[in-house]
This record gives sequence, C-alpha cells and structure tokens, in this order.
Amino acid sequence: MTVNRVQVVENILNANDQVAQLNRQVLDQAGAFSINLMASPGAGKTSFILKTIQALRPEVNIGVVEGDTAPVTIDADKINAVGMPAVQINTGGECHLDAVMLKAGLQQLPLLEIDLLIVENVGNLICPAAFDLGTHINLLVASIPEGDDKPYKYPNIYRGLDVLVINKTDLLPYIDFRMEYFRQGVEMLNPGLTTFAVSCKTGEGIDAWADWLRGRLAAAKQV
Amino acid sequence: MHELAVTESILEIATRHAQQAEAARVTDIYLVIGQLSSIVDDSVQFYWDSMAENTICQGAQLHFKRIQARMRCQDCQGEFELASQLEPCPACGSYRLTVAAGDEFFMESIEVEKV
Repeated sequence: MTVNRVQVVENILNANDQVAQLNRQVLDQAGAFSINLMASPGAGKTSFILKTIQALRPEVNIGVVEGDTAPVTIDADKINAVGMPAVQINTGGECHLDAVMLKAGLQQLPLLEIDLLIVENVGNLICPAAFDLGTHINLLVASIPEGDDKPYKYPNIYRGLDVLVINKTDLLPYIDFRMEYFRQGVEMLNPGLTTFAVSCKTGEGIDAWADWLRGRLAAAKQV
Repeated sequence: MHELAVTESILEIATRHAQQAEAARVTDIYLVIGQLSSIVDDSVQFYWDSMAENTICQGAQLHFKRIQARMRCQDCQGEFELASQLEPCPACGSYRLTVAAGDEFFMESIEVEKV
C-alpha cells in the first residue's frame, strides 16, 4: 500500500460553472439577453418583472424562469396572465437555482422568440450569489422595508452585482431607512454600481430603469 | 446554506481524481477556502460524514485551508487585510476597493492509497 498525493486544483463549483457556460452559449445563439434576478423574499421580484414587461412591451419579447423552493406556480401564473411565456422551476427545497436547473428551464422556453430572459432566483441573499447560472448580468432587487444595513450583512451578493434596484421607495416616509448609509455600504462592496431607485407601486423610477435596459439590449444585439 | 450542494461537488471531484489515479481509497482532501466564501466548515463536515459512506472517499479527512481576505485600494493602490467584512482603506480612507484575495474556493489536492 502506497500513499500518493494527487494534485487537483479544481474549483469546487466547476461542474456548475461548466453548465453555466453552456447555458450562456445557448442564450447567445438564440439572441436572448438574460438577467439573473436575485432578492430576499418579499422584495418585489415578481412585481418588478411585471413592471419591466409593462414598460418594454410590445417592442421587447420577454420570457421568465421562476425559481421557487416549493411546488407552486403563483409567480409563473402572474407572468402568463400578462401574455408572456414563463416556466416554473421547483428546486425541491434547495435554497438557490443552479446552472443545471436553469438548463432544464431553458429547454421549455421558445428562446428564439425571446429578446430578454429574466430568471427569478429563489428569494435568498446568500446562496444564489455563489452559483453562476450562465445569465449575462446579475441584478439585485433590494427594498426599503428590509432595512439599510443589508449590504453590510450580505456583502457577497453585492460584490457580484452588475445592477442594483432599490424597490418600494414609496415607503421611505414611513421607514427609518438611511439611504446614504445604504449607498455607502454598496459603494464599498461594488464601487460605481449602476443603481435605480424605483417603486413598483407608483411606477417611480421604472422609466429610467427601462431606458437603461433598452440600451443594454441594443448593445447585446450588436455583438 | 448551500453546503449540501458544495459537499456533493467535493465528493464528485475527489472521486473522479481518485479513479483517474487508480487509487483504492482517498484518505485526505485539501480544500482552499477564502474568508469571503460563505461556507461553514462544520456543516460541510456534517454532510460529508454521511455522504462519503460506502464510497472510495469513506473516512477521508477534510482539511480546510482558510485564506485571509485582502483588499486592493483603487485610489492609492495599497493592499490590506480585511478585519471585518466592510472597512475603508486604512491608508487613504477610500471605499473603492476590489478583492485581491479571499474568494478562493477550490480543491487543491487529495491523498490516496494505492494497492
């Protein structure tokens, strides 16, 4: 019996990352720009998606993948109700979507007809940050009632973001939310991060977000 | 808490490399985990003990090498060790920081027994 050391040097999430790479190729070939939309439970992910659909239709065809830990179709039903294709992925209790789950979701969508694919991740500020799905950008919906300390408590998710949305600004008069403190935390984790303050209730700020997204979609089409 | 998925990956990677090396048994697994990777060692160990049972990795010892987080300041180009999660550059007070080290998350090597 001999003992040998075997060099490995392999990322622990390598298997996930390889599938993510394939997902990205599939999306690129179909010409679908995709967003990994993350947030804590109740931040307004689905409301934000509905507002985005409203703002961009009819010029942009949007598909949605809904990730949930429980076998419910509440969110997918809301998207289907406004006439956009949505598939629901049940993670079977897992706290995040991974690339393999998204791959299964992509196979159920008419990707060639979709300009923008929004993947609504499981409501969670920790686990989704660790798993690349193969989407093009990471977006977080933070919300005023969650409190202004969230960047300080969940730094990892903020570090990996391409764009941040602060939802429920209509509640600012009622909640002790120090915007400066919040933004300083974000700045320390992700300097210069593109940020939009919106209210899905009143529609405030949605136009600015939609304009930015139109720009990203146009840029993606040119590549 | 995605340690379950992480532990599954550890088992898959170690098993694949052990088979390639035509090993009879894996005795040790060396993991390198940065301070900024939100992984709880005890939790991985907990899943590992039951998951590795009846595999080539049964009884293998997990070793966690933790890497101290280091930040690089975009303004003064200095580097410093991160004591807590969020703090400005101690040299110039800037908040424009990028991660220089501490987000590692990989398997460095395994030790195996060959017949």
